[in-house]
Amino acid sequence: MTEGPHVLVVDDEIQIRRFLRISLEANNYRVYEAENGAAALTQAALHRPDVIILDMNLPDMAGVEVLRRLREWATTPVIMLSVRAADMDKVDALDAGADDYLTKPFSTVELLARLRVALRHSQPAPTEPVFTFGDVQIDLARRLVTRKGEVVRLTPTEYALLRLLVQHAGKVLTHRQILKEVWGPQYVDETHYLRVYFGQLRQKLEENPAMPRLIVTEPGVGYRLVTD
Amino acid sequence: MNSMEADRPDPDRTLTETRREEARQQRGRLKIFFGMAAGVGKTYAMLQAAQTRRTEGVDVVVGYVDTHGRAETEALLANLEQMPRRQIEYRGAVLAEMDLDAILARAPQLVLVDELAHTNAPGSRHVKRYQDVLELLDAGIDVYTTVNVQHIESRADTVRQITGVVVHEKVPDSLLDMADEIELIDLPPDELRKRLAEGKVYTPERVEAAANHFFRIGNLTALREMALRLTAEHVDHQLQDYMEAKRIAGPWKSGERLMVAVSPSPYAAEAIRWTRRMAYNLEASWFAAFIETSAGLSAAQRETLTHNLELVRRLGGEVVTAAGEDIVEALLRLAQQRNATQIVVGKPLHRHVLERLRGGSLVDRLIRASADIDVYVVSGRTADHETGAHPSLPLPQRQSTLRDYAWAFVVVAVVTIGLLAAHSFVPWVSYQAVGLIDLLAVLLIAFYLGRGPALLAALVSAVSWNFLFIQPRFTFAIATLEDIILFLLYFVIALFAGTLTARLRTRERQAQYNADRMTALYTLAHETATAVDMDDVLHTAIEQIGAVFDAEVAILLTQDGQLLRRVHPASTLALTENDLGVALWVFENNKPAGQFTATLPQATAHFRPLSTPGRTVGVVGIRLQQAGRLSFDQEVLLETFISQVALVIERELLDEAAEQSVMLRESERLYTTLLNSISHELRTPIATIAGAASSLLDPNTVLNDQARTALTGEIQTAADRLNRLVENLLDMSRLDAGRLQLKQEWCDISDVIGVALRRLATVIGDRPVAVTVAEDVPLIKVDFVLLEQVLVNLLDNACAYTPPDTALAISVTVEEGQVRIDLADHGPGIAPEALAHIFDKFYRVPGTAAGGTGLGLSICRGLVEAHGGTLTAWNRPEGGMTFSIRLPKPVQAPVVQEASL
Repeated sequence: MTEGPHVLVVDDEIQIRRFLRISLEANNYRVYEAENGAAALTQAALHRPDVIILDMNLPDMAGVEVLRRLREWATTPVIMLSVRAADMDKVDALDAGADDYLTKPFSTVELLARLRVALRHSQPAPTEPVFTFGDVQIDLARRLVTRKGEVVRLTPTEYALLRLLVQHAGKVLTHRQILKEVWGPQYVDETHYLRVYFGQLRQKLEENPAMPRLIVTEPGVGYRLVTD
Repeated sequence: MNSMEADRPDPDRTLTETRREEARQQRGRLKIFFGMAAGVGKTYAMLQAAQTRRTEGVDVVVGYVDTHGRAETEALLANLEQMPRRQIEYRGAVLAEMDLDAILARAPQLVLVDELAHTNAPGSRHVKRYQDVLELLDAGIDVYTTVNVQHIESRADTVRQITGVVVHEKVPDSLLDMADEIELIDLPPDELRKRLAEGKVYTPERVEAAANHFFRIGNLTALREMALRLTAEHVDHQLQDYMEAKRIAGPWKSGERLMVAVSPSPYAAEAIRWTRRMAYNLEASWFAAFIETSAGLSAAQRETLTHNLELVRRLGGEVVTAAGEDIVEALLRLAQQRNATQIVVGKPLHRHVLERLRGGSLVDRLIRASADIDVYVVSGRTADHETGAHPSLPLPQRQSTLRDYAWAFVVVAVVTIGLLAAHSFVPWVSYQAVGLIDLLAVLLIAFYLGRGPALLAALVSAVSWNFLFIQPRFTFAIATLEDIILFLLYFVIALFAGTLTARLRTRERQAQYNADRMTALYTLAHETATAVDMDDVLHTAIEQIGAVFDAEVAILLTQDGQLLRRVHPASTLALTENDLGVALWVFENNKPAGQFTATLPQATAHFRPLSTPGRTVGVVGIRLQQAGRLSFDQEVLLETFISQVALVIERELLDEAAEQSVMLRESERLYTTLLNSISHELRTPIATIAGAASSLLDPNTVLNDQARTALTGEIQTAADRLNRLVENLLDMSRLDAGRLQLKQEWCDISDVIGVALRRLATVIGDRPVAVTVAEDVPLIKVDFVLLEQVLVNLLDNACAYTPPDTALAISVTVEEGQVRIDLADHGPGIAPEALAHIFDKFYRVPGTAAGGTGLGLSICRGLVEAHGGTLTAWNRPEGGMTFSIRLPKPVQAPVVQEASL
């Protein structure tokens, strides 16, 4: 068996590190550990991991701070671990360049899925013009969206949103990131734009818009395109 | 009096003695090296004593000693630690002053402070050095100090009379009383003059002048006697204090009590000083009485009065005020009430003619009416002109001005001309009627313009009446005896009626002023009593004080026994860093300071402690809008105001404390319930996890695939349950602590519902859930995560308490400016008596299955209410129950625009 991706686990709780090591090694990951921010930065520089799992609350510095320092020299994907759903630090972390987040407690299945997405995005994506999710197909080259084979008519804004989601399929996108990308930097606080346009997108693409399965809301954070 | 009684010490006195003893133990000890004049060797003696103490191992520092270049004195200073002096810049010159704060910080056992009577440079904390010494003593530091007899307040007059030198630097007598030890440094006058001649006292150029003036043999002998006597008196007192404290029978102190009458005359100061000296010699207590009459005082008189009353306080006396028209009667009444045995009054220099008419001068009448009370009449030879530089604020009183006299004249002239016309052309306007109309004019003038103008009017109108109307007209002669009597009567009546009316008016004004004062006090008392909370109280207090005194007001409160270094937001006066320092001093020393006081007078505002009998609850700062200082009356009123405010603040503080203790008890009760509730809730999943894990470790179970999967599932469920419990507890505590911060943003309710349903997918399972959202439901501004939490809790609840296959329905509608979210189940509903309680903390419907803390619904309601909404529950008549969330509908929908791509 070839050696899998290298992952650096940063958490001050030894029990969390131990359980992650067991689960990750069982899934063919090579695991490094760090118990605080300073050690994390050293380990990251030393082992050049493919992905980093970073706890938000570290004894020596905030997880966001570790992330900022790491981002000065590395683009390694980072998945943040946050403690509470209402914890808004994770939005800062995502805006500061984290790839995704998970709220403790989380299931290993979920973690592995996020790790896969993060790793996939860190590879230069092959220019694949046609992308499929659920029963929706989007042809980026022809700017054509079909659902169950029928053409779906999208406004330019809706299309821009969908294209952005597709480009980051599986990854969470914060409100600010989406607004900045589609509307421009001066619109980053206008979250209600998103409520309206995502509502429209769901009406056009979801089987049951009241219970969306493709374009899901991450409460207080942003949106995610679910691909699997 | 039997001997038993005589042997029993007066309880009051014992108490005073005990207090003094207690105060002494905490306070530093004060030793005064006392001399008759400069050059007797006080500083030298002090340094010698300090050296002895140093060799005994006492921590001695030199706070401030001036050797005046005397070599032998300097030698004694050599091995003592000297505190650096504080440099104060004043009008271009740099003055070196004792650094009080440095000494307090250094906290030695003993500090040497030369020249107790010294006046500090402007910009120092205290005006006088003796105040610095008092603060050092208060801090528990022993002080050695020096002072000459001419600086003692009660001797200042005598010194001026003997030597002709006006002493400006005075030390209150109370400092001598306070001294634990007084050492007299005595030197025969000849010897002192010899030392002076040798240049040991002053520099050569000053020697001659000094020798011919202050240091004349006659002066020195008198000063020496004064110093010796003061010291002897003091020793005598100490002996007596000791004897009484130890219950040694001996000469009891006299039961004398002196009362000095204080008037707004500059001569009263001497009577006050005399009384203080006399009281001390008689070992009697004394107080000063001021009688307020309706007669208004001029600004200058007010100023002198304030100054005199200040002198009383400086000399350690108490001021008692009483109101009354008859000063003699009021004085005697006060004397009786206060058990005064002797009354001291100043001797008036000149006598009023009117006084004789009234039955003699005040002094004469006082002596006649005083019965068994002795009356001393002290001559005021020298006026005390040491008055403050600030004029007092004028009181609402009326001094007739030149203008008023002019007006009086004009009125009389106009009336006379009018009458002349009337008399000439209208036959029935007789000259008698003219007289009466003139009289009316005089009365009106008296009423509106005062006594002086009324007298003028009486005179002028009488003369003009005689000249113009009485036969023979246009002469000053009067023809008939009847007319002469009429004329004289007119004059007398005009005079008396005018005076009476004017006095009535003055009294009315005084009464009005008093009434205004009472009204102000009543308003303050009433407003503060009805104030609902501390902020309200302070707001009212600041407003009232500001209005009555025409001042800006700041109030500083305390927290945990410390003065907060910021003014209360209701304050109208902003404070600088320096002012805050003054306020802090006021708080710590519980004494007024700042403007109009001797402590930190350079401050831009006047500060007073808000003290109640028990403690100091804060500090008030006042800055008058007009230039000038507070008059005595105003100061008394301010003091009354402030004590009233202090009491109300105290009351509020006590209320708050009581409220807090109730809250504390309530939260204790809740926490007990919480612990009982969650210990069970915690134990169940923990037991499951521990049990299942141990089974998984058992080799027999491990081999059984089915059992292993089932056990793992159980662990998962238990962990979820634990997690939910923790989430609930955290939400609860955030809601309770009021730390809940809503992150409100525009949300699509169907989106919120969708997320909640997705999160509960496993709990809901195959149960049908119908979601209907009306077309007109707008985006609402809520905290997405918290609203989702509410829906999750409600849905979870519905799933837990209704049969697994029954349907749920969520509908969103708009009604009456609200967005209403209904969650309907088709379960058995809830008993009406339980319905009222389901939102209570820890309430669980009796008979429901185990599991659940009774927190979920309570949290839901808290979260909805935090959004300004309501959460209600009701049984539908056709069966099942509905939870209704109502949230405010935004007034205006947000604008949405297409991206410009």
